[in-house]
Amino acid sequence: MSACDTGRIHSVESFGTVDGPGVRFVMFFQGCPMRCLYCHNPDTWSTGGGTEMTVDELLTAYERNRGFYRQGGITATGGEPLLQLPFLTALFTAARERDIHTCLDTSGIVYRPGRQGEFDALFSVTDLVLLDVKHASPEGHRRLTGQEQSPVLSFAQALDRARVPMVIRHVVVPGLTDTPEELKALGRLIAPFRNLRGLEVLPYHTMGAAKYEALGIPYPLAGVPAMDKDKARAARDVILTELRQARNEMRK
Amino acid sequence: MEEMRIVPEWDSFTPGVWQKEINVRDFIQKNYTPYEGDESFLAGPTEDTKALWDQVMDLSRQEREKGGVLDMDTSIVSTITSHGPGYLDKSREKIVGFQTDKPFKRALQPYGGIRMAVKACEENGYHVDPQIVEFFTKHRKTHNEGVFDAYTPEMRACRSSHIITGLPDAYGRGRIIGDYRRVALYGVDRLIEDKQHQKDTTRIIMYSGVTREREELSEQIKALKELKELGRIYGFDISRPAANVQEAIQWLYFGYLAAIKEQNGAAMSLGRTSTFLDIYAQRDLAAGTFTEEQIQEFVDHFIMKLRLVKFARTPEYNALFSGDPTWVTESIGGMGIDGRSMVTKMSYRYLHTLENLGTAPEPNLTVLWSTRLPMNFKRFCAKTSILSSSIQYENDDLMRVTHGDDYAIACCVSSMRVGKEMQFFGARANLAKCLLYAINGGVDEISKKQVGPRYRPITSEYLDYDEVVERFQDMMKWLASVYVNTLNIIHYMHDKYCYERIQMALHDRNVKRWFATGIAGLSVVADSLSAIKYAKVRTIRDENGIVVDYEVEGDFPKYGNDDDRVDSIAYNVVQGFMDYVRGNHTYRGGIPTTSILTITSNVVYGKNTGSTPDGRKAGEAFAPGANPMHRRDTHGAVSSLSSVSKLPFKDAQDGISNTFSIIPGALGKDDQIFFDDAITFEMDPDCACCEPNLSDEED
Repeated sequence: MSACDTGRIHSVESFGTVDGPGVRFVMFFQGCPMRCLYCHNPDTWSTGGGTEMTVDELLTAYERNRGFYRQGGITATGGEPLLQLPFLTALFTAARERDIHTCLDTSGIVYRPGRQGEFDALFSVTDLVLLDVKHASPEGHRRLTGQEQSPVLSFAQALDRARVPMVIRHVVVPGLTDTPEELKALGRLIAPFRNLRGLEVLPYHTMGAAKYEALGIPYPLAGVPAMDKDKARAARDVILTELRQARNEMRK
Repeated sequence: MEEMRIVPEWDSFTPGVWQKEINVRDFIQKNYTPYEGDESFLAGPTEDTKALWDQVMDLSRQEREKGGVLDMDTSIVSTITSHGPGYLDKSREKIVGFQTDKPFKRALQPYGGIRMAVKACEENGYHVDPQIVEFFTKHRKTHNEGVFDAYTPEMRACRSSHIITGLPDAYGRGRIIGDYRRVALYGVDRLIEDKQHQKDTTRIIMYSGVTREREELSEQIKALKELKELGRIYGFDISRPAANVQEAIQWLYFGYLAAIKEQNGAAMSLGRTSTFLDIYAQRDLAAGTFTEEQIQEFVDHFIMKLRLVKFARTPEYNALFSGDPTWVTESIGGMGIDGRSMVTKMSYRYLHTLENLGTAPEPNLTVLWSTRLPMNFKRFCAKTSILSSSIQYENDDLMRVTHGDDYAIACCVSSMRVGKEMQFFGARANLAKCLLYAINGGVDEISKKQVGPRYRPITSEYLDYDEVVERFQDMMKWLASVYVNTLNIIHYMHDKYCYERIQMALHDRNVKRWFATGIAGLSVVADSLSAIKYAKVRTIRDENGIVVDYEVEGDFPKYGNDDDRVDSIAYNVVQGFMDYVRGNHTYRGGIPTTSILTITSNVVYGKNTGSTPDGRKAGEAFAPGANPMHRRDTHGAVSSLSSVSKLPFKDAQDGISNTFSIIPGALGKDDQIFFDDAITFEMDPDCACCEPNLSDEED
């Protein structure tokens, strides 16, 4: 078997309704290089865990219940699905052949222009990307995730060139990513993308804390309160207002 | 009927065979107008509606403060004509009628069982008139007494050990829907004439069946005459057909009111009335008789009445059903077999009551869902569901195949053709306990009494799958037989001592009878057998060798994860049990069916069942209906639903339930993510071409 025959899957959720449009079969890929302070799936960090599964096994599980997914499809999330690029491409290629809507939820962090050919192959079978932009400023990004921001933006540009529709996801954490400056900067950052189809602002929640405890890892955001849902909605408005403003300026 | 008669109330209706025979479906099909538009035509509540509803809210508060019951009858036995008229506020009510002489007063209905009626009063601080108690103890037998006169010792033992549970042997069985629309369309005189004709044409050699038929038809005719009297009490002449939509609703409601004055059934459902009534509404709107606002007001007042249906019940009964449910189920929408949608403006008006009056669990508004329903209606349902959380949905595409397009739901899921089919409600057999009996040779694991037959028990320390399955089949066969025969007694006695006179008067002469049975503990049995097959299950015995607990070593496939290894076990259990049920004689030619839908009583059943081989401990609740056991489904709702959907519907046509709750946020939020027109439009026409350039610059 080659690398693209099996993937390491942390778990699957047969009734996914919050990771892409409609009801979706969601696959959580094992392994992630990011260490976002607010990560609620620390159990997917390690590249060693999970269950080895084939493309066929996953799509068969999908096909069995196809009737439920008429307006939906599959979503690869994690973890960081791009860590298993050949497998992910094989999965989406097979899904496309079966007329299944494919959605990728990623941070884009492992994107490298040097592997453009491989990424183009993936883009050609991807219907929608949910791109997690963790922070609008390079320093903030490093502080929050332990990784550079530039690959994320290059990835977004590559998606734009390949005309892959994109939704930006942004988690608002009290005190960390909810300042008006940060939100406005994000609006400006994403304004130029032609492939932008939506914006999802996720309020930070504390449900991940229990997982840290179980894994014996100290919880980095201990003491930070959950984000109020109404404030998250307001934050989205701030981003969108700035985005419109930026677009108007660009047009001139 | 010999020649076509001139009926002024039918003026402008499309004629058809419905004029010659009692045939409501034909009337609907020839006259209804499918509606594909949206909800913008709907009218809000009138001042009268608001004032009445305020009054209801105030009475509800008083009832709550008094501990759940505001007032009870203790000396008047409820019949169709037992009470004078009752009103909230006569000057405001457009649809009238209460079960007693005032709202919120619960009627005394002892025919199901005097003990239950007395208890329901006592527990709420009321005392039934001693003369009535004496009368129903010494002079007039009740259903309950009849049943216990005939029960065998074995049936009693099964009942008290809870291997058969929730039997309707001390209260009304319910689950029968009269075709209340007939009262409106034909008027009571025509219905009496029809029943009289049926009586005049029975066979004349008096086999007991023929004698019974003649007696029942006489009872039905008497009940119809009383129904006319009920109309008269409220000042209406319902001997003739209804002439407009207000009358149609009122006439129909009188039919239903007569039923609930006679019967305190476990579920007293309404049927499928909205599209029928819409025909009258359309005619009145066209003629200018009423405005949309007036019609909505009639509907609001009608639904208000249905919300105020109340029965005298004991705290135990309410504990079993988690509340004080009446199951006034009304079925809305669905598709016609000719391919037309059966959604009408009246379907909207019914659902709109949830906004006009606020949300409520009753009546149980049930949308018969089809993928082919008009998109506008689907949207409206979704919107109203989000607003009220009070709509039930059932799969019309599945049920229409066997029941056609004029069926309705009784209780929560039991489907039947209105006026043509009825059901003998049959509670549940506890299959989890049955499995324990199979292992312990018929000895009850809690009472340690020999309840089941003295089959050889399993004596090994570790359970062997083939051996357990073989014993389980024998024990299921025994259980099915006791169970069906217990139900045979119950329904014989109910027909004899607590006959649904008015409801059956609103049925055809030849009625198809479903003989409903039920299963509790399916997922416990499936997981137990799976544990025995795929893991190792060790028995833990008491000093007499009775297995009282189990230890599971290793993991096993669990029902609810779309895993065929265990899902096929569940399938086999349902199919096997139904085959044994079918092997028995059923009362009045009832056609056996089963349901797997304990929605709340699973807690009580679990309490009365010892530890099971799946690792469930004694007393722990079963999962509801056909649900997986709590926390054992680890792949999400679709996999759980998929496991359930593999169960054989042909063996469980009375309904399979999989209850799951979900927080609203988990139902998706696409509307809060994707850009809508508002944003797209701001990026005016130039934008489409200027943006790419900008993007290229960035590169």
